[in-house]
Amino acid sequence: MALRMWASSTVNALRISCCAKASFAPPFVLTRCFSSVLDGLKYDASHEWVKHEGPVATIGITDHAQDHLGEVVFVELPEPGGSVAKGGGFGAVESVKATSDVNSPISGKVIEVNSKLTESPGLINSSPYGDGWMIKVKPSNPSELDSLMGPKEYTKFCEEEDAAH
Amino acid sequence: MTVTQARNVVPPLMNILKFKGLPILQQLHLEERLFRSSSDNWCIINDGTNAPTIVMGVSGKPSELLELKPVLQDKVPVVGRFTGGGTVIVDPGTIFVTFICNKDAVPNVEPYPRPIMSWSGLIYEDVFRGIGDFHLRENDYVFGNRKFGGNAQSISKKRWIHHTSFLWDYDIRNMAYLKVPRRAPEYRSARSHVEFVCHMKDYLSIPDFIGRTVKVVGTHFSLRPMQFEEVNIHAKTSFDHSSRLLTDTELEAALVSQKSLYREDTGSSQV
Repeated sequence: MALRMWASSTVNALRISCCAKASFAPPFVLTRCFSSVLDGLKYDASHEWVKHEGPVATIGITDHAQDHLGEVVFVELPEPGGSVAKGGGFGAVESVKATSDVNSPISGKVIEVNSKLTESPGLINSSPYGDGWMIKVKPSNPSELDSLMGPKEYTKFCEEEDAAH
Repeated sequence: MTVTQARNVVPPLMNILKFKGLPILQQLHLEERLFRSSSDNWCIINDGTNAPTIVMGVSGKPSELLELKPVLQDKVPVVGRFTGGGTVIVDPGTIFVTFICNKDAVPNVEPYPRPIMSWSGLIYEDVFRGIGDFHLRENDYVFGNRKFGGNAQSISKKRWIHHTSFLWDYDIRNMAYLKVPRRAPEYRSARSHVEFVCHMKDYLSIPDFIGRTVKVVGTHFSLRPMQFEEVNIHAKTSFDHSSRLLTDTELEAALVSQKSLYREDTGSSQV
């Protein structure tokens, strides 16, 4: 599925975090000082994304999340073969002095984890929607995707969240 | 005044627990249990831990962070904690202050590391007002450019914990167990441990520090003193902790790894 990049429009640049760093080839245009939100993905309120392609769903954290977290220095991932539950934690990232839980937007079985993140945790910062993916899951209930936000809704959600602080 | 406005004026409730000499592993177990299984806000103050103990952050590797030969020789316990951040050696001269908060209890603070750190900096600016040149510098509490407080956090969907170890006093000899970390704040400027840190006791007494801290926290929260025995009413009684004591086997394996890394770096077999 071709991906189009949405810049989060009408955002107060001082509030939204800076510089989308997604590593995608042209013709995508990166807009400075906006978090990037991609078309074709679904999003949850704790700032994870999911890309559903056939029997597999890929999950990671959003550009908004990685920017707010800061430089990721360590990633904790589950073992393949385990289960994840919608809204439940499956791992954590360490950044600055904090560990932050990462939650699964959907339920299913973990079929692959991104082993590159062990040596290169910074991929989550530099390529949150690409090489920084975290787990691949076989969804057990694909209808859970319907309750997630699309790109426009998620953009608005981020704007409102940042404006509230 | 509307109901909503009235509600906003009432500060959120925070339970406050005070200890003296609680072993650090026990403190970490309590904190993790409250963080994960309680829905209350908590402030925990521990005046000193019972024995010198090394405490590493969640991703800490002993082979990179510790001088393992003396650690093993002197049988210094090494604990891996559930929060992020660096390595400290704590002892009876360390004072611990911990905040465990529902994110909705501090709604102006986004549940991310830097806003939480900034919020804590504001709290302690008030605590140390008129005492020394206090700052939050990068992620440390300093007087001038010398660190006296180190921080670590863990953040979940709805809650966060921010805990601090304050160097009220410390034994210089214990610093020899720690390597200068590869990842260090810029303001450290490659200084040794001894040149980088300072004693809080040079600035104020323990009762004064604890009194000031409780007073300032009491301006943000409605404090409810609690005894340890009451904690079980507010949190699960059994809990699978991730903070743990590292075994001698693990430390010895790390020493082997440290020696081989040293050989690779220097061509020498001596550590």
